[in-house]
Amino acid sequence: MTVTEPSTHDHPDFLQHHWDTPKQQFEAGKLGMWLFLATEVLLFGGLFVLYAVWRGNHPEMFKFGSQFLDTKLGAINTAVLILSSLTMAAAVTMAQRNKRGALMILLSLTLAGALTFLVIKYFEYSHKFHEGYYPGMKFYEPPGSGSLSWDNDPTPMVHGAAAAHATEAPSPLVAANFVMPDAEPTTIAPPVVAPAGVSQEALDALYDDIVAEHHDDHPVHPLQDPNRPDNAHMFFNIYFLMTGLHGIHVSAGVIMLTWLLVGASSIPDRWPQITRFFLLKRSFGADWFTPVDLGGLYWHIVDLIWIFLFPLFYLI
Amino acid sequence: MTDNEQHGVGHIVPISILAATGGGLLVLTVITVFAAGFDFGPANVWIALSIAAVKASLVVLLFMHLLWDRPFNGVVFVASIAFLAIFIGFAMTDTFEYRPDIDTGNAVQVQQKLDAIEP
Repeated sequence: MTVTEPSTHDHPDFLQHHWDTPKQQFEAGKLGMWLFLATEVLLFGGLFVLYAVWRGNHPEMFKFGSQFLDTKLGAINTAVLILSSLTMAAAVTMAQRNKRGALMILLSLTLAGALTFLVIKYFEYSHKFHEGYYPGMKFYEPPGSGSLSWDNDPTPMVHGAAAAHATEAPSPLVAANFVMPDAEPTTIAPPVVAPAGVSQEALDALYDDIVAEHHDDHPVHPLQDPNRPDNAHMFFNIYFLMTGLHGIHVSAGVIMLTWLLVGASSIPDRWPQITRFFLLKRSFGADWFTPVDLGGLYWHIVDLIWIFLFPLFYLI
Repeated sequence: MTDNEQHGVGHIVPISILAATGGGLLVLTVITVFAAGFDFGPANVWIALSIAAVKASLVVLLFMHLLWDRPFNGVVFVASIAFLAIFIGFAMTDTFEYRPDIDTGNAVQVQQKLDAIEP
């Protein structure tokens, strides 16, 4: 009489010895990921408390600050993250259905979405820095000092017709102050793009023009606005803190998605053992797709947090 | 589902459901941007947060499979949200308790009071 051998059938190579079944292993990993996501909620939660307390006490500060954020870029970034969340969820389905080609395409699209988000965020941040909307004490004006805390910036931003206007002004103090004389869009200089090769200045001009087209219609720099609330810099502090931490999470997502993409491809046997240690020992399939599933959960929580950050900073 | 039986672990969500979810999220994004164009006063924050909460529920339930997942994973996640609500709630009651002491547009008045205390 032969003994049936369920053990060899029930113990696939990906099943660690301390688990009874693949399902038990999968569910344990998933629970661990959800616990991690709970800590992520609480990590961002502390910053949401910061936002809530400051907004509760100084709502005018947030109304004032949000007009300096580009709603269109923020909305585009929201759509980018939602679409990359969609491709990530679809990637999990494809892994479960054992379709490696579709899995790799969808993971690549998700990675492209993550990189697009970071590029747009880079443009937003660099534009803010360009205009002098730094985190820190930039907009803090000590009471009674009568001077703006603006003069520690060696190159105040003056562009378009404001530049021409400022150079005519006799006083260097006026030239150093950022005042657009009028908000007419026609006063903004057209971009100069050199046909042979693109210079930095041309790029800057082009970018300024693009931004000016759909940027806020607030013609006065915040430091020159007499209606600027006190401590308006706190809006930018909180904005950079929260979107910065979120950006770090997106960057971590880029690393994770790259790792998943390599794992989804077939790993050549000739690769050194050490790379196989850091990479996955096994390709994903219908029987084992845990990294795709858990990586997807992480990517969705990053999307989830942005879903709240976008209206809180850009819209209201 | 038969797919589920075949593959053992995890619930397989059809692409059609995922695509519909993604479409719904994009529509809600358009709605929240549109709604922000109107000024409802203090309700602005709550309208924006409500739409964001609906979007977040869609992501958690459908993209993150929580609708079909083991309930305990949901308990973990909802618990984190509940503790966050307690955190924010108590911080806000405390904040509003002291709100009358805050001079709006305060810097000059605060400096005057500080000068009065210690000339």
